[in-house]
Amino acid sequence: MTNNSAPFLTLAKNAGFSDGDPGWLKAARANGSERYTDLGLPHVKLEEWKYTNLQPLGEIAYRAVCAKDGDVAIDAIPGLGDASSGGVRLVLVNGCYRADLSDTSGLPEGVRLEPLDETLRDAPDWLEQHLGRVADASTTDRALVALNAAALNTGYVLHVAEGVVVEAPIEIVSMGGYVADAVASFPRNLVVMDEGAQANVVLTHAGSAVGEYLNNSVTEISVAQNATLRLTVLQEDAMEAANLSTTFVSVARDSVFESFTLSMGGRMTRNDTHVTLDGTGAECRLDGAYLMRGRQHCDNTTRVEHRVPNTRSDEMFKGVLDDEARAVFQGKILVERDAQQSDGQMLNKTMLLSDQAEIDTKPELEIYADDVKCSHGAASGQIDETALFYLRSRGIPEAQARNLLVQSFMGQVVERIADGNLRDMIIGKIIHWLPAACYRQEEWRAE
Amino acid sequence: MLEIKNLHVTVDGTEILKGIDLTLGSGEVHAIMGPNGSGKSTLSYAIAGRDGYDVTEGEILYKGKNIIAMSPEDRAAEGIFLAFQYPVEIPGVANTTFLKEAVNAVRRYRGEDELDAMQFIRVLREKVKELGISDDLLKRAVNVGFSGGEKKRNEVLQMAVLEPTLAVLDETDSGLDIDALKIVADGVNRLRGPDRTMLVITHYQRLLDYITPDTVHVLAHGKIQRTGGKDLALELEKNGYAEFADAAA
Repeated sequence: MTNNSAPFLTLAKNAGFSDGDPGWLKAARANGSERYTDLGLPHVKLEEWKYTNLQPLGEIAYRAVCAKDGDVAIDAIPGLGDASSGGVRLVLVNGCYRADLSDTSGLPEGVRLEPLDETLRDAPDWLEQHLGRVADASTTDRALVALNAAALNTGYVLHVAEGVVVEAPIEIVSMGGYVADAVASFPRNLVVMDEGAQANVVLTHAGSAVGEYLNNSVTEISVAQNATLRLTVLQEDAMEAANLSTTFVSVARDSVFESFTLSMGGRMTRNDTHVTLDGTGAECRLDGAYLMRGRQHCDNTTRVEHRVPNTRSDEMFKGVLDDEARAVFQGKILVERDAQQSDGQMLNKTMLLSDQAEIDTKPELEIYADDVKCSHGAASGQIDETALFYLRSRGIPEAQARNLLVQSFMGQVVERIADGNLRDMIIGKIIHWLPAACYRQEEWRAE
Repeated sequence: MLEIKNLHVTVDGTEILKGIDLTLGSGEVHAIMGPNGSGKSTLSYAIAGRDGYDVTEGEILYKGKNIIAMSPEDRAAEGIFLAFQYPVEIPGVANTTFLKEAVNAVRRYRGEDELDAMQFIRVLREKVKELGISDDLLKRAVNVGFSGGEKKRNEVLQMAVLEPTLAVLDETDSGLDIDALKIVADGVNRLRGPDRTMLVITHYQRLLDYITPDTVHVLAHGKIQRTGGKDLALELEKNGYAEFADAAA
């Protein structure tokens, strides 16, 4: 393979590593580098990349972020803002930890939330034991994971110890850009929920509109027995950003993983989520909403593996596309031979507000067990003309009527967010996104 | 109040209404009866201004003004109301929200102050009580999970809240058993008044046992074939629409 088929490698190998890094970490980078050289940047001839073309990104002259790219002026921190009162916040700017913008003082005993290099300094053995467990750089067939490993240097670590329940949301804010030239960062994040632990994590991706930035992140999540992790992702990147997020989740016996991913920003978004239900009674819920306009592209690719009996998964992605925006949904539920009495549900629905908008949807079931309850569905369409006429015939002007119908459409997935504050915030963001928003938030609720 | 002159309406390139003439005075209740496919629903949509129902000839004069170029929302704000044959379900939007937005949109159009939540609830409670509708219907999403009877009652409630001067009731009896029909008809009758003109569109005579019209028209083949008093409905009930089958030929 030539270097042309594997762009970013040179810059990934130049991500400012420290000579003092342990051997296992250096080996992981070398393995990643080797795998990425073999695999190359994904192209549309690969089945899982058929609808999302990353090749144009390879033409952009990114450089690797360095420490000074993290040290830029930030006027406002996106994310929960005041709603996070009582919670804690970790802020990364271009992959670099910003102590001045972070506040982790409110964390209870038994919770570690810090940048990766701190864990490397304070708990190297623990880190070695957990990092790369579900995203092994030497064997991965995912080029973006290999690339991320080649640059392994930044990211965050969240560890909630056995039995610790964190009530307030734990907020992680990842900001990119703010510099004039195109920058690329490759954060590797680790979330470890020990037995019986519980936490709500809110992850915000945002950035400045100054320059292009690429964020190729890999997040490894493990949820041990009887633990619960709820993850809300607010992707509000700047319009020229590329956000390529790969998330691996391992869910153990009687534990729960729930996520809701709101994608609104960025020019190119790929949310690749791979969940394995590894213990009986394990449950996962993967929900998402995407709102795209202009020439934005958003790809939600999910893979849920039911590996043992009595596991449940429930997945719903809904989105609205305007202008020439394009979205992709590729969802796969795999039920292994032994995973009897598993329940896997998947639904993808898209509303197209323009004739030029496009959705490519590919829900798939691959079932080897014979006693399971699985289903999938996908649909796309325009605003229902009869419903529109119904609202207008009651005096509601057309623009408001259209907005109301978009809200009605998105309500089905948004109502699945258990936390009332988060739900209201996301409703607010959807309303704000709508053209000529006319409806007050408190009036959009069935109850 | 409503004067329709030589109305021709085309849907998807096919002419459905071929020259309708109708005159409804203030406070009058007229019934339009006709077989399936005669153009009854097309007439109601043309009056309410639905997209795709193109008036190719003639006029619809409402309060002396030709409304054919007006948007549906402006017609509603001017006091025209269409009770749907198949009310539309709108998940995730509470019935109360929908009603309030409709009332306030109409008030804005008329240059009146919008009602705040408290004022609106007061108005709504009064109407709900008058029509004997349960509060539960208000809290639920618009028409979602409503029975056929509840959907039609919800149409009557919307009419009561919007207080139109012209109400067009499209097949209000369809899908209702006799008890539900009586309740809905009772609601409609409560809304009759000297300032409210009604056009009741129906296939069957039975609705007219409960909503007594001043005038009955028979619509077939896109034209009014006959006009008479309420006895005309009884005659149709006995003889059916057979005599109009070849009327166009």
